[in-house]
Amino acid sequence: MTGALMVATVAAIVSDDHAPPLARGRRLASAPMPANDHAVVLRGAGRRYGERAALRDVSLELPAGQTLVVFGPNGAGKTTLLRMLATLLRPHAGEVHVLGRPLPDDGYAVRGRIGFLGHEPLLYRELSGRENLRFHARLHRRPRARVEEVLDAVGMSARADDPIAELSRGMVQRLAIARTVLHEPELLLLDEPLAHLDPAAATQVQRLIGRASGRTRVVTSHDPAGGLEGADLALGLRGGRVALLAPASTVTAAQITELYA
Amino acid sequence: MLVFFYAPLDADQGFVQKIFYLHVPMAIVALCGFVAGGAMGIMHLRTRDQSWDLRSYVTIHISVILAVGVLVTGSIWARASWGHWWVWDEPMLVSFLIVFLLYATYWPLRFSIEDKEKQSRYASVFAIVAGAFVPLNFAAVRMAEQFTHPQTGATVGGGMPPKFALTFAVAFIGMTCLFVTLCKYEMASKHATFRLRALKRKLAGDDDALAVGSRSAAPQL
Amino acid sequence: MRQTVAALLAKELALELRTREAVPAMVLFSITTYVVFHFGLDRDRLTGDLAAGVLWVTLLFAAILGINRLFVADHEQGGFDGFLLAPVDRTALLVAKVIALFSFLCVVEVVAVPAFAVLLLGPGLMQAMPALLLVLVAANAGIAVVGTLVAALAIQTRARDLIVPLLALPLLIPAVLAAARTTTPLLAEGGAAALSGDWLAVLALYDLLFALIAYAVFDFLLED
Repeated sequence: MTGALMVATVAAIVSDDHAPPLARGRRLASAPMPANDHAVVLRGAGRRYGERAALRDVSLELPAGQTLVVFGPNGAGKTTLLRMLATLLRPHAGEVHVLGRPLPDDGYAVRGRIGFLGHEPLLYRELSGRENLRFHARLHRRPRARVEEVLDAVGMSARADDPIAELSRGMVQRLAIARTVLHEPELLLLDEPLAHLDPAAATQVQRLIGRASGRTRVVTSHDPAGGLEGADLALGLRGGRVALLAPASTVTAAQITELYA
Repeated sequence: MLVFFYAPLDADQGFVQKIFYLHVPMAIVALCGFVAGGAMGIMHLRTRDQSWDLRSYVTIHISVILAVGVLVTGSIWARASWGHWWVWDEPMLVSFLIVFLLYATYWPLRFSIEDKEKQSRYASVFAIVAGAFVPLNFAAVRMAEQFTHPQTGATVGGGMPPKFALTFAVAFIGMTCLFVTLCKYEMASKHATFRLRALKRKLAGDDDALAVGSRSAAPQL
Repeated sequence: MRQTVAALLAKELALELRTREAVPAMVLFSITTYVVFHFGLDRDRLTGDLAAGVLWVTLLFAAILGINRLFVADHEQGGFDGFLLAPVDRTALLVAKVIALFSFLCVVEVVAVPAFAVLLLGPGLMQAMPALLLVLVAANAGIAVVGTLVAALAIQTRARDLIVPLLALPLLIPAVLAAARTTTPLLAEGGAAALSGDWLAVLALYDLLFALIAYAVFDFLLED
């Protein structure tokens, strides 16, 4: 009958639509990997927003285990860059390789190995810290014990059962950090991670997200001296373009301040 | 092309019948147009090529215009045949009302999403869902009317004498040509606008120059 | 996939239980609408097609309320990002949300349908029962699928509250049509007659078609 015909047509169309690799995630690695030990490689990467270019012709290579600090005034493209590396945004131009895989095609393969900390804590306000983290643990297939581990590591075990809405911004930030490292990612993408944290808390989380953690890190910062200190490579963005890219040891705080001029 | 269009008007069967030659081909072409718009939406999602989104947009646009035509001519026909401006037992008319109401949301939907790529993607999803909906809706409404008013199934199509059938076929071909022509016209016009804008931007020196500024519901290349 | 759906669903239900936003509102809305219908139609007792119509229109509009709220928490509290960062099949979100909306509709109907029987229905509800349950389940499935799809489309727009009814109502007309026509004989004056198999088939076809489409297109709504 007509009904059966319609269903058959849709099924035929639908089975083709299962092709997009980003959606299905069952594709095997496609492009050959570039330099194997580089965690992040960008070549001429770009991203538009409407007709404006949020990122333009950005190229860099970050070896595994090292830290990249990103400076730049507001709107320079720092957050866009981080979100692109996190597979949340697809690049509109150029090549992006994260942990040896090209994006956006192999985004599925690397997602579980990236820890992203943005401006939003990504926690549901009506649920408690523990409930939020357990939810994320289930999504990332980690055991419950791991949740208790990170809660302890950020010093939030005591208040873990209070709804997020009742916690101070600093506590929420600590929980956000816990969420970021819950699944033991190889690459950390941190957008101003120490914002809202008091000095004691800042020291406490360094073990998890700081240099000492030994992971590859991309960190944005507004603090020239502090940012350079914890980094191997420094990137200065301005208007979406690379204004400065050099080993952190060769860059002075004054140069960074110029970026904001 | 216009000759084809005028030919049906010569078939002299009374004013009411002439509307029929306009109303039904318009309806069929519009229905096909909506489904085609959905198919183009599928192509856009699969290829990520913006030109498919443009084609989908234009097809839907013209189909909606035709749909309005269907409603107007149908209403005139209803008034002439049954004395009311609207009748519920004409499945074509009722289906088109629903379809029109659905597709009228296409523009507010596009307009309210600012990011152009997202706008195109969401519009394509809409086109696909709505395109699949159109035949189902038509079938459901027709079925509803068949149960309540069994005799009206015969008003459209079905067993036409050859003289009328020929005029009808010509009208149908004419309507299809009109549809395709309107689509091509609108697409050409949009292409011209894009090229003009691109040139303006080049003249201004930099693509980073302040964005065109206006939000719009139309796709851009 | 199943684990992901389970995790998402648990989170949905936990949130709804904690906030109690959508479901109570939908129930109250239904009952208020019955009152409005009473005064609007100036009738004490409804039977047959009028009863079916009032019931389904009310449930439809109550569903719109639920659809409006469906993705709000995720959108405003960064839930989308959190989910997109996880190495999971993204269609799981569609499945979880559809099941959640379906559950909410069922819970609402547990109160709204007996309320309808008490307030407006002429013939008794008991005779119609098993068949009515079947229709409710079938219709809920269709409303849940289309509703989730529309909610996902609308959440990214600036005028979410307006776009949802504009999109959902026309799309749901065939479902409501089929549901009402199937329910009509069940609420007939002289006691429940057998339900209309044809219309139930239309409802099933509707559910299947939109389930397939939703499954195919959903991922494209989550990208970028």
